[in-house]
Amino acid sequence: MTSIRSRLFLILMITTGVVWMSAIAWIYLSTRAEVERVLDARLIEAARMVSSLITSQEIDPMRAAQIPAIEPTMHASYDRQLSCQIWALDGTLVGRSDAAPATPLSDAKDGFSETLIDGETWRVYAVVNADLGMRVLVGDNMRVRDRLVADVIRGLALPALLILPILAGLIWLSVRKGLGPLNKMAHALETRPASDLSALPDVDTPSEIKPVIRSLNGLFGRVHAARERERDFTAFAAHELRTPVAGLKTQAQVALGSDDPDIRRNALRQIVVGVDRTSRLMRQLTDLTNAERGEADADGRRVNLGKLVGQLVDDIRQHYSDAVPIEIDAKLNDIYLQLDASLFMLAVRNLMENAVLHSRNDGVVRCGVRIDGDAVAVTIEDNGPGIPEDELPKVCERFYRGRNKTAMGSGLGLAIAELAAKRLGGNVSLGNRSEGGLRAELQFSKAMLSRAPRADPDRAENRAISCS
Amino acid sequence: MRVLVVEDDAVLLNGLQVGLGLAGFTVDAVSTCADASAALRISAFDAVVLDLMLPDGSGLGVLDELRGRQVGTPVLLLTARDSVPDRIAGLDAGADDYLGKPFDLNEVAARLRALTRRGNGGTSACRIWRDLRLDPATMAVSKSGEAVRLSRREFSILHALMDRPGQILSKSQLEDRLYGWQEDIESNTIEVHIHNLRQKLGPGVIETVRGVGYKLAEATA
Repeated sequence: MTSIRSRLFLILMITTGVVWMSAIAWIYLSTRAEVERVLDARLIEAARMVSSLITSQEIDPMRAAQIPAIEPTMHASYDRQLSCQIWALDGTLVGRSDAAPATPLSDAKDGFSETLIDGETWRVYAVVNADLGMRVLVGDNMRVRDRLVADVIRGLALPALLILPILAGLIWLSVRKGLGPLNKMAHALETRPASDLSALPDVDTPSEIKPVIRSLNGLFGRVHAARERERDFTAFAAHELRTPVAGLKTQAQVALGSDDPDIRRNALRQIVVGVDRTSRLMRQLTDLTNAERGEADADGRRVNLGKLVGQLVDDIRQHYSDAVPIEIDAKLNDIYLQLDASLFMLAVRNLMENAVLHSRNDGVVRCGVRIDGDAVAVTIEDNGPGIPEDELPKVCERFYRGRNKTAMGSGLGLAIAELAAKRLGGNVSLGNRSEGGLRAELQFSKAMLSRAPRADPDRAENRAISCS
Repeated sequence: MRVLVVEDDAVLLNGLQVGLGLAGFTVDAVSTCADASAALRISAFDAVVLDLMLPDGSGLGVLDELRGRQVGTPVLLLTARDSVPDRIAGLDAGADDYLGKPFDLNEVAARLRALTRRGNGGTSACRIWRDLRLDPATMAVSKSGEAVRLSRREFSILHALMDRPGQILSKSQLEDRLYGWQEDIESNTIEVHIHNLRQKLGPGVIETVRGVGYKLAEATA
């Protein structure tokens, strides 16, 4: 059942019904026991009374038997409850009361017994008066007893049956009223436009709904922030793409407008550079979005840095055919970190591309590792122009391109590297080397360091491919 | 016409330099605010094409400095940020025109011509002097209705002279308008171009002021 209202209503009705039924059952049983006790006591009392009356000779049982029966004036339900028989011990009926049957009410000598006479059950108490040789039997028709109990129960159940529909109505209304805040919230959510991500009002809300509202508002906040970020990002990206596109168009117009083959060739070459740059920009935009949105693999697998960096270098060589040599420190092969490999690759790739793009033609890029204090860092050094000191704090901003920019630069590489590093729980540190060039470090806490297993099947292979 | 282009994107800068060169402009290209300010202090330009987002600051800073020195050189802002508030901010900062990226190369050239024409107080796009008619947009020159074919350099010299009839332009002033910094100037090129111009246009058009420079001839009548 999906409706809380019907569910609550049904539950309340069933429990109320069950409570009523058990109350009635309980009352029935206890009434019955009580009635039996009281009536049994009356039987005893009546039997003894008759017995004592005979003993004191106040009633002559012989004569009493001759008294004609008085016709009962009315057949009230509880009339003639008791029947009395006086038997001589030799088995002759000495006397009997008005409604008493002629057959013996009981064969029992003394005490209680139950007898079936003419289809009716009698509860009988027998007293033997040995002095007079008489036996007094006082009986109670069980049907009367049952009717008494039934009447009590009927008196209870009838009002209950009448009240039950009224109760149902009241329960229905209460449930509806009780669920009002939920309905109100549902209505508020239903009528709100998709663009409205403002918080739901949290005043005067029942404590049960507060957590829901609070988590909804939290969700709204997060969606809003994500949407803002996306909007900013889209605007920024669109804006950043305009310049390279303007360059492409201008070069295309130059190529179209000139008859000089040298000018045309130069323009076409520029277009190729422009397209390369634009496609790199787009790839980086995707990387940035992925780094931002993708959930980092929290526990991360144990990865071997040498192996990952080796793969990266191969990949960069393929993309940049005229890249300067890249040297990898063999020590990287012994370092295992517990982290998300794809984010790590993203960070190192961007730092390394930066180094390659900024290197002088006769330069070399060195990738190494530094472990001291609490930190373990992957270092990437180039001997390019470095970054002017005043630009260092700004270079990790998105789309920031400093004075020493390259034709391929998008101003995104360092931003991506920093974002990926942060997602990994590390950070990027940049500094100019005293001998010229830039030293970029991807730093992690030593806690992420994972001990190399003693027998690692990968290890031999790693050694073989290192230092290419 | 000598134009300074300030743009940090290498491909676009190259495109503007070559493209505007083909349209008859002499283009100097720089890619930072610092270089732009330095260039504007050293040389006189007929117009500036200025990008707003530069690696070492905003192009508006360059514009501020230029206007602060009371230099009225027409400035065409060229930028990716072309929302209305951006345009207003740019124009209020002293820019003369605004063009959003990506743009059409021919439109940039046309706007630059319009800006310089306005700067010279002219109303017509064409320069007319006696029976000479020069159209900067099409780079066409005609004398008494007959087309005269001129080279790009010759056109630029005639254009400079016809911009300010009666004013004497020195050889170095003409060289400034003719060559960017990147180009080598041969010592006698101006003389060669003047010689060619005289041959094509006939005598009595360009007058040599000995020791000073050149100007359009005074009325002889």
